[in-house]
Amino acid sequence: MTKVLELRGITKRFGALTANDDISLELQPGEILALLGENGAGKTTLMNILFGHYAADEGSVHVFGQKLPPGVPRKAIEAGVGMVHQHFTLAGNLSVLENVMLGSEPLRRIKSARAEARAKLLKIAERFGLPIDPEAKISALSVGERQRVEILKALYRDARILILDEPTAVLARPEAQRLFETLRDMTKEGLSLIFISHKLREVMTADRVAVLRGGKLVAERNTADTSPAELAELMVGRKVERPTRADHRTGAPVMSAVGVSIKRGEETRLDDVNFTVHEGEILGIVGVSGNGQAALGALLSGLVQPSSGELRLRGADASALGPRGMIRAGVGRVPEDRHAEGVVGELSVWENAVLERLKTPQFSKNGFVRQRESREYAERLIERFDIRGASADTRARLLSGGNMQKLILGRVLSNEPSFVLANQPTRGLDEGAIASVHTELLAAREKGAAILLISEELEEAVALSDRIQAIVKGRLSAPIEAKDANPQRLGLMMAGAWDEDAHAT
Amino acid sequence: MRLERRTHTPLYIVVLAPLIAVLAALILAAGLIVAAGVNPLTAYGEMLRGALGSRLSITEMLTRATPLIFTGLAAAVAFRAKLWNIGGEGQFFMGALVTAWIGHSLGVPGWLGVPMLLLASMAAGAALLAGPAFLRLRFGVDEVVTTLLLNFIVLLFVGLMIEGPLRDPLAFGWPSSVPVDNAFRLPDLVPRTRLHIGFIFAVIAAATVWLVLSRTVFGAETRAAGLNADAAAFAGISLPRTIMGVALLSGALAGLAGSVEVMGVTAGVTTTMSPGFGYAGIVVAMLAALHPAGVVAAAIFVATVFVGADAMSRATGVPSFIADVIVALCLLTMIVALLFTTYRVRR
Repeated sequence: MTKVLELRGITKRFGALTANDDISLELQPGEILALLGENGAGKTTLMNILFGHYAADEGSVHVFGQKLPPGVPRKAIEAGVGMVHQHFTLAGNLSVLENVMLGSEPLRRIKSARAEARAKLLKIAERFGLPIDPEAKISALSVGERQRVEILKALYRDARILILDEPTAVLARPEAQRLFETLRDMTKEGLSLIFISHKLREVMTADRVAVLRGGKLVAERNTADTSPAELAELMVGRKVERPTRADHRTGAPVMSAVGVSIKRGEETRLDDVNFTVHEGEILGIVGVSGNGQAALGALLSGLVQPSSGELRLRGADASALGPRGMIRAGVGRVPEDRHAEGVVGELSVWENAVLERLKTPQFSKNGFVRQRESREYAERLIERFDIRGASADTRARLLSGGNMQKLILGRVLSNEPSFVLANQPTRGLDEGAIASVHTELLAAREKGAAILLISEELEEAVALSDRIQAIVKGRLSAPIEAKDANPQRLGLMMAGAWDEDAHAT
Repeated sequence: MRLERRTHTPLYIVVLAPLIAVLAALILAAGLIVAAGVNPLTAYGEMLRGALGSRLSITEMLTRATPLIFTGLAAAVAFRAKLWNIGGEGQFFMGALVTAWIGHSLGVPGWLGVPMLLLASMAAGAALLAGPAFLRLRFGVDEVVTTLLLNFIVLLFVGLMIEGPLRDPLAFGWPSSVPVDNAFRLPDLVPRTRLHIGFIFAVIAAATVWLVLSRTVFGAETRAAGLNADAAAFAGISLPRTIMGVALLSGALAGLAGSVEVMGVTAGVTTTMSPGFGYAGIVVAMLAALHPAGVVAAAIFVATVFVGADAMSRATGVPSFIADVIVALCLLTMIVALLFTTYRVRR
């Protein structure tokens, strides 16, 4: 077999940082290659060089035996390379067809060849098994469908090599599975694929895996000859194991919801939700994203109040506490989106560390911030929670995702909360950071905190939770014990088939 | 070529940015000076001499800088919290009017009356901005529109008052309000000049604002709310209270500008007493990168341009409107310069 793509000795430096260090890779026809690495390992830089967004400092890119001129994306497209970005580049107010045609038509043509384009698009869609309505507006499509349009856009430009940057970052799990099935089918049509990921489960669906670490290519493995455990070790550079939960006795109820509904106008965001979390217990809430997790998180953060029903904290009504009242009552909250809600990126680490408790005597006196105490507190957090690459005065936005999450966890857990909301606590984190987040949550549970974990990662929910409830369209299932959870049963619960039906099977 | 976010901004860039912006504005304005048939270097030389060339011109320039420091602080405080107070001009006039009105017949000694009048003007300015702030918080009304339009309403109101109830009968038909009592005229800082101790008040105000913004809980909450409102709300900071607090502080500072100008310079209120102190305060705040210490320096620069332009106009015949052009250009070039303090250009 002849290779369709070859990278020879690619090196790229950004100032003092070497993002790619002498990387050579090959791609065979009809092959799926996974590019695995932690955040910052150089995956995206490498693909941007391949696609011509960046020019490499050293090395060259060869497509079908021809050398590509560096730094010219148009040449890469002409040579048959298509890229599907992590953040879609679609115009929401245009139709699918218009988006696909955009940029592929010569500007000087007066009348656009709409009918021909439509026929071509439908033919490609059928050939590659990517059904789509060409006239649908992008804004009306689901995230999965938008991604399909991105792929079709590349194929429409006659791409024979497709690069997908973190294709499942925005997808729910069933959609992700469907995507990989589709990708496999597409290789039968002669396409070759590279996809970027830091998720071990995903890369095992490829034929071959190239592992990047610190800008270097550290290993290449056929998926048939390797295991997720080995890949994890190669990726992180040391043995990483997620901690496991030890059985122990749980205590009195701490936080409970009694028939809580949240309505916003016509929309019902939470519908008659009931749960109870006990001391020393982790209650996992699983579900496909967009089923009410955001509303549940806002409720427990104090940002939204129930329209009906009651939230009870140690027996007292906690429905109307508000964010500050929640914090005062000993509720720790880890928000879903750490950049949007967790930290103020332009403020320093120490300011973020004390932000929630600025008005407590520990951190202020007579309206003045106690800067020395605050800085010392931040330094203790940095030390205790192993927040790397930071001093108390570093701006929070410079922290990596994992370290930012450790800062938020530290701020929450050092306060010895009786209840913790952990909303998607490991989303977007790499393997090493996931393990430390899990360790901290389990340690808090050990100390007797009641924890509500909202997660879309089933493995995570099952590994950490004592009991699990599923959230579907704003409704919560009855809880099941984690030891009774298996993929089929959870799958049924997440599809909304619970209660009697689930027990009968 | 693309823009890449800086991981940190070195101090020299922070200091250099406004200097380069000013230089760029002066170069651009030089085009107009050439069009007026004058050598720009001659014109700028006259400008510098007019503002800084003698003891008298320096005191005159600092007199002009005094209200600009207050209005610059008012804009800086508000902009930091992303409250776009464009109403400094109206708040200035409100502060001035209240000072003249109460100060005309207040029967207390000066040491008591001056602080009372300052407080009254602060309340007036704060009240004027509280309305737009409330409308924004309650109904989402854009405060840029409301504060801007209030300026014209206030100016007409001032006109009404000085033609009517507050008209000075001794002004020989000249439209001016009654003057403040002589007991409340601010003492001169330099004898036989117009420079009064209001300048010291302004510097103290800048130091106080700096202390409040950088050291207090209120300051920290304001910064958090301005930089990331969602994260601030999540952390339990009340956004309505923060915004309202900022509005009161900002309005009070602009009100002080009017009060100090009346007690220090004009004694009575006229509709022409401000050459746009409120609007120029926005430029001052931007040139200062919203930093209170920078506000003092930027106000002195803008005052230099205003005072110097008059002298330049007399010496060279270039219309003194060039001062407005330079100040406006500074705002534009500074906004561009700020882009380069946050981003760097990469290819």
